[in-house]
Amino acid sequence: MEIIRASDVWYEYVNPDETGEMAVRGVSLSVRRGEWLSIIGHNGSGKSTLVKLLNGLYVPKRGSVTVDGIDTQDEERIWEVRQKVGMIFQNPDNQIVATVVEEDVAFGLENLGVEPAQIQPRVQKALEAVDMTRFATVAPHMLSGGQKQRVAIAGVLAMRPDVMLMDEPTAMLDPSGRREVMDTVERLHKEEGMTVVLITHFMEEALRGDRVIVMEKGKAVMEGKPREVFTQVEELKNIGLDVPPMTELAHRLRADGFPIAGEPMTVKEMVEELCRLKQGI
Amino acid sequence: MLKDITLGQFFPGDSVVHRLDPRVKMLMMVAYIVVVFLVKGFLGYLVLFAFLAGATLLSHIKPKFLLRSIKPILFIVVMTFVLNVLFTRGEKLLVEWGILHIYWEGVRFAVFMSLRLVFLLLGTSLLTLTTSPMALTDALERLLKPLKAIRFPVHEMAMMMTIALRFIPTLLEETDKIMKAQTARGADFDSGNLFARAKAMVPLLVPLFVGAFRRADELAMAMEARCYHGGGNRTRMKVLKVQRIDWYASGVMAGTLCLVLLERLL
Ligand SMILES: Nc1ncnc2c1ncn2[C@@H]1O[C@H](COP(=O)(O)OP(=O)(O)OP(=O)(O)O)[C@@H](O)[C@H]1O
Ligand SMILES: [Mg+2]
Repeated sequence: MEIIRASDVWYEYVNPDETGEMAVRGVSLSVRRGEWLSIIGHNGSGKSTLVKLLNGLYVPKRGSVTVDGIDTQDEERIWEVRQKVGMIFQNPDNQIVATVVEEDVAFGLENLGVEPAQIQPRVQKALEAVDMTRFATVAPHMLSGGQKQRVAIAGVLAMRPDVMLMDEPTAMLDPSGRREVMDTVERLHKEEGMTVVLITHFMEEALRGDRVIVMEKGKAVMEGKPREVFTQVEELKNIGLDVPPMTELAHRLRADGFPIAGEPMTVKEMVEELCRLKQGI
Repeated sequence: MLKDITLGQFFPGDSVVHRLDPRVKMLMMVAYIVVVFLVKGFLGYLVLFAFLAGATLLSHIKPKFLLRSIKPILFIVVMTFVLNVLFTRGEKLLVEWGILHIYWEGVRFAVFMSLRLVFLLLGTSLLTLTTSPMALTDALERLLKPLKAIRFPVHEMAMMMTIALRFIPTLLEETDKIMKAQTARGADFDSGNLFARAKAMVPLLVPLFVGAFRRADELAMAMEARCYHGGGNRTRMKVLKVQRIDWYASGVMAGTLCLVLLERLL
């Protein structure tokens, strides 16, 4: 079942950069309920612009985006769209509004006009889901980056969205914060069946998903399962993207004449494949 | 180091005074200020003192802590005292020294005015010590709600205050970071005359402002993504309810007011 559909979407900023090109040029995609879609592409390829089109923060100049059948151009129902499609941004500091964690998680619900009696339990549950209950009454600036990002996720979860859009949520975090956030997202995806659209520069994060879209100059140039996309090493390199380290290693070993079979992507898979080769020799 | 700065002077606690409804506390504050201006003689100050001492005791705030809040205006208090002593004319001359004439009435009036300042400050400090800035903002928004009828942007004002409270620590942290970065590159913020120092602030303020504008932009986008569309149809998680202790406290305030009025009449 599809939850978001974008058909031939174009978008141009009011003050475009020197190139004069549109930021998003004719992208079509659909997001299915319960899937994890990763979007990769290098700086300025239009990833952020694309996801902002998916929850109606921007409306397409041409083409259309529908969320659960609602057109994002429909101004009457825009709050319904934003409730269904939550969004997490890159900078944890610039998306927390309130001075206390629980107040911030409640912010979206207050905006939706939910009854006060219902807000408290929903906030509690959202904080539990990201394992931040202990910090309910703490001031946000006392938290680590990873914890702030989990608060932001709770703020979205409390609104009971169908989809969670994430624009490089781990780009400003240290490795432990990154793991903390990605594990939370993965758990929500696996256990609660949350639909995830994740923009990332980290290929190992994209590997966790069901599907990958590669953006280049405002267009979606590749699409497929992570394995299908990441094995096209030459194409990815041509558009200036990295591939996961093990894929890169396999590619180089093959170029040197080692018959690596299958597509090892994780260290574990690579070790198994190398052991198999060694025994064969 | 800048991170250690606490906002306002809120002192978290669980006393009766802390637990009072912030709206009631704010209204009591207004009443208190009126009372301070109504006091006519030292007997009135005695009543006020009893009220303040009682409240402080109940709040578990150390008196030393409360008194410390006078420090920033100590200069003004002293000035008020000196000017009043020197320039009030009266009948009973105490000291005559050259052109200096100090009258008994002058001393009396000076003490009276200084006490007024001190009492005003102690009262407001007790409020901010026992009420978080956030609760105060919240109370203000709810109390001023009727002003919406004359199109006064009550909600917007409260939202601005909340965001300011939220971002002051973040911006302080950023200032600290930029300062260190500029110091590492040889910038000097602490020496030279006033002009040189002001000039040294420019490379600090420019990135700070640029950063603040970028933040504002991103925050606006994040708020919209979470369905923020102003104060209309908005609900609140916290419901404030006037409890029995709020009535008791208001009663004590009213009693104080009556006593001071009585003193004025006698
Ligand atoms: N607010 C804006 N005003 C004008 N042009 C913009 C604006 N934001 C982005 N652009 C331009 O639109 C294009 C796509 O930008 P976008 O932010 O979508 O890229 P991105 O893939 O998210 O990049 P990054 O990886 O750096 O986040 C770029 O050429 C960029 O310069
Ligand atoms: Mg981006």
